[in-house]
Amino acid sequence: MKSKTSALIIATLVLAACEHSTPQTAAPVAKAPAPASSAPKSASHFTPPPESAIPNDDFGKQVALGRQIFMDPGKYAKAYVGNQLSCESCHLDAGRLAHSAPLWGAYPMYPAYRSKTHDVNTFAERLQGCFNYSMNGKAPPLGDPVLVALETYAYWMSKGEPIGTSQPGRSYPKLSKPALTPDYARGETVFKRDCALCHGDNGQGQQAAGHTVFPPLWGPQSFNWGAGMELVTNAAGFIKANMPLGRGNTLTDQDAWDVAYFMNAHERPQDPRYKDSIPATRAAFHDTPDSLYGTTVNGHLLGQGGASP
Amino acid sequence: MKQTVIALLMCCALWAGATSADTSQGATIAQQGNGHGAAPCMACHGADGGGQAAAGFPRLAGLPEAYLRKQLDDFANSSRTSATMQPVAMALSDAERDVLAAYYSKLPVPAPAASPPLKDDVAQLGQVLATRGRWSNTLPACEQCHGPGGIGVGDHFPPLTGQSSTYIGNELHAWQQGSRHNDPQQLMQSVAGKLSEADIAAISAWYAAQPAGVPKESQP
Repeated sequence: MKSKTSALIIATLVLAACEHSTPQTAAPVAKAPAPASSAPKSASHFTPPPESAIPNDDFGKQVALGRQIFMDPGKYAKAYVGNQLSCESCHLDAGRLAHSAPLWGAYPMYPAYRSKTHDVNTFAERLQGCFNYSMNGKAPPLGDPVLVALETYAYWMSKGEPIGTSQPGRSYPKLSKPALTPDYARGETVFKRDCALCHGDNGQGQQAAGHTVFPPLWGPQSFNWGAGMELVTNAAGFIKANMPLGRGNTLTDQDAWDVAYFMNAHERPQDPRYKDSIPATRAAFHDTPDSLYGTTVNGHLLGQGGASP
Repeated sequence: MKQTVIALLMCCALWAGATSADTSQGATIAQQGNGHGAAPCMACHGADGGGQAAAGFPRLAGLPEAYLRKQLDDFANSSRTSATMQPVAMALSDAERDVLAAYYSKLPVPAPAASPPLKDDVAQLGQVLATRGRWSNTLPACEQCHGPGGIGVGDHFPPLTGQSSTYIGNELHAWQQGSRHNDPQQLMQSVAGKLSEADIAAISAWYAAQPAGVPKESQP
């Protein structure tokens, strides 16, 4: 009996040792942030009213609903959303943060002629584009309560701004061209060092209690090939100003360009405007060095809309 | 015959899986220490792993296994300092740290001790910082990394609920002063550097007053 017991103890010890023979991956060693080569430290810019200033009346109810949709469209605009992103994924602080494409930067600039549609679009039509592309869903029809609430939220936030005047902090910063052509391998190094902790080694983000905490950066649950974020310039500007979260402007410009290229050199859902073939779709909608759609990276032709290479 | 028995027993152990073995070894160390220098964990962290609020000893039950393991390693190699925990962690072998991390990560989350009702202004500030942040100072909301309701996310972002205000306050001060610096990518040092004394008091009190382990209906 005694020998059986000791055998069991040995077995369990051996087993415990085997079970845990894989070394724990050490968290990345923190090091001093690299100096930024061009930190667009915010000059003075428009300050939107605080959330506490949302009026307690029927107008305010639409403002508050717009904010809720903005923060959790998968819940409050479910019929029009096809991925795990929220508006807030790319427009930080509930659409209020300068250099993170704030709503107050966009609202006063519409109606506007857009080269993307070759037409003059209203703000509501611009919001439809967000659902079609960034949310990989379908556009709410004009006049839909979702669009009304979102537009009301943007209007409320922009009170006091001049119409038709581009404000400092609008959109994402435009970085100067990088010294070195953006590169997949260098971008992967930046990704592993500065991004994977939150967005995961495979870029698919992390969820908790059914809620997206860190958004997926590519793949079936991310924005599709028609979204503005697929342009490397937009992604580089957003990343430089805002990532890692709360530590914007700590990456160098080159790191931001490289990791933006790396992110956008992965597969994502098909462009809903796809017609005939990838080359034809590239020619029609992605005819710029800024888009990797229809190009071949690491032997993979991007734009197939399938699994990640 | 004896060899056959041993082989059979090893198979049984394999079939049973390592979990029960880990759990029983972890429970033994937690309750009795390891017999060569590591005191019983429960003396400070409680029989249920819920910690001791008044003393600021943290809850361990239900924390991510990888996070617990990293903290033990960090105490052992002095990259996280604590007069109490460093000698304990140094006295634990690699395998013992593994079984303890596994044991505590699988314990059910105990109900937190009742905390006094919060003053309105403290509750309001705590909730704003927890759920909104203060982006005028590039301060993200706590839950943007620690998850809705502060329930924790993945291996690197531990739950904040079920921790005492004393523990949360102590750690925020330690990040702020640089005496704790084992955070990946200096994320917590960066965040804590943007907090005032009133902010720290409000966040600590607010999270201590939240239900533990129960995902709240998120209020965007």
